[in-house]
Amino acid sequence: MADKYLELVNSGFTKNLAKSLGLPRPSILRRHTPGAPLVPGPLLLLGDSSGAQELADTLLAWGLDVRRHAVGVARLGGIVLLLDELADPGELSAPMLAAGAALRQLAPGGRVVGISRPALPADAPAVAAVRQGIDGALRSVGRELRGGATANGIVLAEGVPATAPSALAALHFLLSGRSAYVSGQFLAVDSAEGKLPEDFGRPLAGKVAVVTGAARGIGASIAATLHRDGATVVVVDVPAAGDALAKVANQVAGTALQLDITRPDAGEKIIEHALARHGHLDIVIHNAGITRDKLLANMDAARWDSVIAVNISSQLAMNEAFLAADLPGLRIVSLASTSGIAGNRGQTNYAASKGGVIGMVRASAAAFAAKGGGINAVAPGFIETDMTAKIPVATRAVARMLMPSLMQGGLPVDVAEAIGFLASDAAAGINGRTLRVCGQSLVGA
Amino acid sequence: MSEPLQAIRPAVVIGGNRIPFARSNGAYSKASNQDMLTAALDGLIARFGLQGQRLGAVAAGAVLKHSKDFNLVRESVLGTSLSAQTPAYDVQMACATGMEAIGSLANKIKLGQIDSAIGGGVDTTSDAPIAVSEGLRAVLMDLSRARSTSAKLKALSKFRPRDLAPHAPGTGEPRTGLSMGDHQAITTKAWNVSREAQDELALASHKNLAAAYERNFFDDLITPFAGVSRDTNLRADSTLEKLATLKPAFGRNLGADATMTAGNSTPLTDGASAVLLGSEEYARENDLPMLANFVDFEAAAVDFVHGAEGLLMAPAYAVARILERNNLTLQDFDFYEIHEAFAGTVLSTLAAWESEDFCKNKLGLDAPLGSIDRSKLNVNGSSLAAGHPFAATGGRIVATLAKMLHEKGSGRGLISVCAAGGQGVVAILEAR
Repeated sequence: MADKYLELVNSGFTKNLAKSLGLPRPSILRRHTPGAPLVPGPLLLLGDSSGAQELADTLLAWGLDVRRHAVGVARLGGIVLLLDELADPGELSAPMLAAGAALRQLAPGGRVVGISRPALPADAPAVAAVRQGIDGALRSVGRELRGGATANGIVLAEGVPATAPSALAALHFLLSGRSAYVSGQFLAVDSAEGKLPEDFGRPLAGKVAVVTGAARGIGASIAATLHRDGATVVVVDVPAAGDALAKVANQVAGTALQLDITRPDAGEKIIEHALARHGHLDIVIHNAGITRDKLLANMDAARWDSVIAVNISSQLAMNEAFLAADLPGLRIVSLASTSGIAGNRGQTNYAASKGGVIGMVRASAAAFAAKGGGINAVAPGFIETDMTAKIPVATRAVARMLMPSLMQGGLPVDVAEAIGFLASDAAAGINGRTLRVCGQSLVGA
Repeated sequence: MSEPLQAIRPAVVIGGNRIPFARSNGAYSKASNQDMLTAALDGLIARFGLQGQRLGAVAAGAVLKHSKDFNLVRESVLGTSLSAQTPAYDVQMACATGMEAIGSLANKIKLGQIDSAIGGGVDTTSDAPIAVSEGLRAVLMDLSRARSTSAKLKALSKFRPRDLAPHAPGTGEPRTGLSMGDHQAITTKAWNVSREAQDELALASHKNLAAAYERNFFDDLITPFAGVSRDTNLRADSTLEKLATLKPAFGRNLGADATMTAGNSTPLTDGASAVLLGSEEYARENDLPMLANFVDFEAAAVDFVHGAEGLLMAPAYAVARILERNNLTLQDFDFYEIHEAFAGTVLSTLAAWESEDFCKNKLGLDAPLGSIDRSKLNVNGSSLAAGHPFAATGGRIVATLAKMLHEKGSGRGLISVCAAGGQGVVAILEAR
């Protein structure tokens, strides 16, 4: 098992043995625990664009030890590269080399976060070149980091400052333990919408959240995470999973709703329950999903159709109901999958449904924004759950070997943390996007 | 001079939960009463978000109970996420246990003594207590009292090998030695209830229960348990032809008049149920639904020992009294939930209410209570299809009827549950 291996190569005699044998040594990732510091050491802020001082002041106000150079710092908690005003590839040299010089000081579980602008067709070619270049450079940093450190980027739409609420919320998320299994990814901030939480420890305080497919696995972890972050949680799953669902509900002090989400009135039932029992509905997590893997050559209609019905058609129908109802500010996060991006052998049906989710959130963003809300997706990579346990052993073993950056599968909580971030009001400036939680690999369900 | 009555307020049925009922020695054969009751409570707590709440009381019970389960309900509550400050107690009134528990709790709510409560019941015939014989018990008790070695030896000398035979509980009446089914067979014959009529009632029960599952009626009334998500006794594909092939199981000494089969009698069943009750204020403060008012309940008992009345006919008497007290007629109901201990029980009871002789001479009425609209009887199935874990049946019926009344939005329902010992409890619910 990956967990046992992780333990062995990180402790005691077996740690040295693994070292001398040259075995891959995945690190124990730095995950969020309430009350823990945001980063495991001082933060190095690189880049001299006009917003640098304001950003530094904000980070100082968060209680961080912010440095403008790394000299004399034994262990850096993170490196933030403010690259939003670069106009030519030549300008990338200074900040990247400064970051490189500091990388050896980066603590285990440290963070590298770049802040830049999107490369658009209308840009001057040199501007687009440096912007797109940042993408490649940061992804490569992610590949080079060890010790559970990660590198990610925030891409600010033109006119959105680095201190916009969602930019800061994204930075907070990417620096924190909540983003442990997110690496080589870019969060696009489209607007200056959003409101930072009064307490970053309870960003969902007062919210009512519905989680579908919550009886086990990632869904149960999402329910627990949203509850930890302050939300009142309604857990939904098929009636046949009701006993496991009841346990989850009782653990998170929420309410259980036994409901088949493929029923035509599923959206109305969810709204009815949330409003009657909790007064409002602020967050919906479309997590329910199934796999019916088969090579396409052997695929039958039952397998194909059931996966499409549960994983995407039900979400489309429920979203119609949510849009038709008066639910101001409703934020939706939907579960996609890296299979829907990179494809996966034996998962044509699943990949179609999960690719569908990515398309759906992109095309639904405007409608939900019009109601003051938003919709995004999270695409998990290889996450150790009951569902991935059904993947053939050989495929699973190969999958783990193909994880060059963090060298391990993620945990359900890693997905849940990303969902909690996107579900928060602070993420209101992020809309229609898909965030991968894949440890910078593209394998798995 | 009696004290003036305390002002009373409505007691409201908020909702219910049960685990699917399973035929004896089947899916739940390794589950204890405490396991099942805890599961039923857990599902109810999850449905209504009661975690951490201190409820006014939890009352439930089991007909077949191990002596170690003397505090069955309190122990079950301690295994849930309810506040540990929730009082709980055991009730036992044979098959009317659940109704008595729920009715008594409703009374406490009406009197303002408590604001919220859970009532219910549980039973297993798969994990039934088996007792040592009276002989062995007497020896063991003497042994425990003996001080000296010689006294201990003397006590042991009274032991006989035959004392080793264990005593399992049965459904026989202690005072008559007859099984409940054999008692009902006498009543069924006395009321001239035909085999066909019993089989038709059994078939309707299965069809109605299956249809209720099909329209997702039980989605918010049942939580699966031990891998079971539907009552295992349900035979959706049953037919009159199949039922007609079954041989009589009770009253076989009646020869050609023996009409009661395994198909038109309830099987031994394991299961548990729980119903959440509260005052209107409690429901409003906690944003909980109000399905129905628990209006009134009434118990009756008959002298079946000397043959004056059939063992399971007490509800016929209780209904007459509760109707009079509430100024209602038998026809003033939109739903009738008459527990199907046996199809013959339901049909004998209906026949008694139609009988001028019975209503005049036994109930002391001027006119018969009359007949009921059979399309309003057990419309979502009853015990013949769902099964009958003795103490759990009351909770099943109250929650089901309350939901039916709420869906209809008006009207009232009548519940009738017969019980061993010649007893019965009936109740009236009103839609909200």
